[in-house]
Amino acid sequence: MSQTMPRTRIDETFTRLRQQGRKALVAFITAGDPDLETSQAILDGLPAAGADIIELGMPFTDPMADGPAIQLASQRALAAGQTMEKTLAMVRRFRERDSDTPIVLMGYYNPVFVYGNERFLHDAKAAGVDGLIVVDLPPEEDDELCIPALNTGLNFIRLATPTSDDARLPKVLNNASGFLYYVSITGVTGTRAPDAGAVADSVARIRQHTDLPICIGFGVKTPEQAATLGALGDGVVVGSALVTTIAEARGKGGDAVAAVHELARALAEGLRGAAQET
Amino acid sequence: MNDQKPNTFTAQPDERGRFGDYGGRFVAETLMPLILELEQAWREARADASFQAELDDFLKHYVGRPSPLYFAERLTEHLGGAKIYFKRDELNHTGAHKINNVLGQILLARRMGKTRIIAETGAGQHGVATATACARFGLECIVYMGEVDVERQQPNVFRMKLLGAEVVPVSSGSRTLKDALNEALRDWVANVENTFYCIGTVAGPHPYPEMVREFQAIIGREAKEQILQAEGRLPDALVAAIGGGSNAMGLFHPFLDDEEVEMFGVEAAGRGLNTGEHAASILGGRPGVLHGNRTYLLMDEEGQITEAHSISAGLDYPGIGPEHAWLNDIGRVNYVAATDEEALEAFQLCSKLEGIIPALEPSHALAHVMKMAPRMDKDRIIVMNMCGRGDKDIFTVAKHLGVEL
Ligand SMILES: Cc1ncc(COP(=O)(O)O)c(C=O)c1O
Repeated sequence: MSQTMPRTRIDETFTRLRQQGRKALVAFITAGDPDLETSQAILDGLPAAGADIIELGMPFTDPMADGPAIQLASQRALAAGQTMEKTLAMVRRFRERDSDTPIVLMGYYNPVFVYGNERFLHDAKAAGVDGLIVVDLPPEEDDELCIPALNTGLNFIRLATPTSDDARLPKVLNNASGFLYYVSITGVTGTRAPDAGAVADSVARIRQHTDLPICIGFGVKTPEQAATLGALGDGVVVGSALVTTIAEARGKGGDAVAAVHELARALAEGLRGAAQET
Repeated sequence: MNDQKPNTFTAQPDERGRFGDYGGRFVAETLMPLILELEQAWREARADASFQAELDDFLKHYVGRPSPLYFAERLTEHLGGAKIYFKRDELNHTGAHKINNVLGQILLARRMGKTRIIAETGAGQHGVATATACARFGLECIVYMGEVDVERQQPNVFRMKLLGAEVVPVSSGSRTLKDALNEALRDWVANVENTFYCIGTVAGPHPYPEMVREFQAIIGREAKEQILQAEGRLPDALVAAIGGGSNAMGLFHPFLDDEEVEMFGVEAAGRGLNTGEHAASILGGRPGVLHGNRTYLLMDEEGQITEAHSISAGLDYPGIGPEHAWLNDIGRVNYVAATDEEALEAFQLCSKLEGIIPALEPSHALAHVMKMAPRMDKDRIIVMNMCGRGDKDIFTVAKHLGVEL
């Protein structure tokens, strides 16, 4: 599928990282958390802090696949008045200064559906979005948003999970593009720590089905974990740890922007260690 | 939306779990294999006569089915119009229709070799029914319940604990039924091997809306046979309260192709449809996607889910089963609403005139019967689903009437 659509910033990024022998740090934050201004500052500084790809969460009242950390991030953003238009505006502002770092919008289907699928895809593409992750749209519902997204030139990032066995994987990989997001645990975000041995086996198995880059996420918190898990795939996704840092810095009256960037920097360094080991 | 009537209303959903444009399987990838496994297991069980025989046996000897169809003579006289019959599912073991569905799902879980059962509950009726069946079969049972509901449904919380279930108070989001459902889904994602999710209404991803409907359709099948015996003809109207819509779907479904039978689904209008404090997803909501299916939802202009309000915890859900959304759009079922006040009045009237203390949920259905019956001729017939008894609600009602217990 990825061959039939124009290359995106995501494709370019993985080509470059592979040439450099590096792994991708995919950083997740929720748009508008804890407020629009702070969130914009966090977003704008993430590439310099070491993020290779940014996942920007579209907040939702009922994030069924997320653990407490990202649930609370959504609640903070919504309480501060975040809307889909504001989220798209954040991407536009980011793009004024950064034309290389891919941005993936991540969230749940209802806010997209209510905004209007066609209008959403058009506005997201125009704002400079590169891909989408919509957690509650499995391949069975590809007609809804996945196919139209591909036709708009946006990657539709698929999640593969420990329950994606060999019978299921072809279905998951059909229409997949950009990269494959390997959910390293059975569970919600930010709860369990992934077991590296099991992840290694799964990633090896998935590799037999696809050439897409594989990023590992859902339980990665520390630079050490980033190093271990990064070595197994093409990148790691870190979310709960970053948004928890926002909450904690705010709670202590500290500088949330600096704290998040500091953690991103440490994670990026951990990953560089991983690249050297392999 | 679509004025061309299909020749049967009972052929839905399609293989993608769609009722028209509603329903579907909007879940995270982790759950997809589980949902497909469930669908497969259910299709096999459904085709297996021994499964149905086992279920029938439990429904008869454990639940007490068939439930009577009762002519509410004094209420009929009082309202002065159509003859009113109650389908008395409040006489079931555990006091509501919920057990019909739970037994079906628990027998299926056993067949699938699952040892751990999870459920969400609002009023606690589905939680109690699930805890009951789990006790009967020696299965581990975990019930998710919003903190707000734990607070207002204390008797049912204690009941579940007596039955050996673990009740987990949910503190996320608005701390009510929708959040309990989210939390149950999160549990399921984390415990994919041994866990069966027993959903309490005709909502959730396919195949739940269809499966729960099938387990509840015993209500309508019995009612049809019973009314034919009592009156020699089909009723003119069916009336049922709508939370997620399972007792209504159960009563309506076997009658859907009987064109002469009008149907009324009664949503909770809470403090009034125009106050914003209600639980009427069809009358006060719009189509969206939540909890695995597309249906009418209460939400703001951004697609953020808003809180429902009803005096009845069992109706306090910001969505409705997808089949109802479809039946509304094609015009087969009429969706109406009753307020907290109207339900309270019906609750008291029924207690005094019929010696039946109804649950607050069917009190909403009764409130609509009170509006429609007097305008109908005396030879007309209404069948209302008395889907639960009111013991669980006496504290709530006392509080609203200013009585201290
Ligand atoms: C007695 C009773 N009726 C109705 C309901 C609402 O559910 P449904 O619309 O699925 O029948 C409940 C839910 O708890 C209930 O306990």
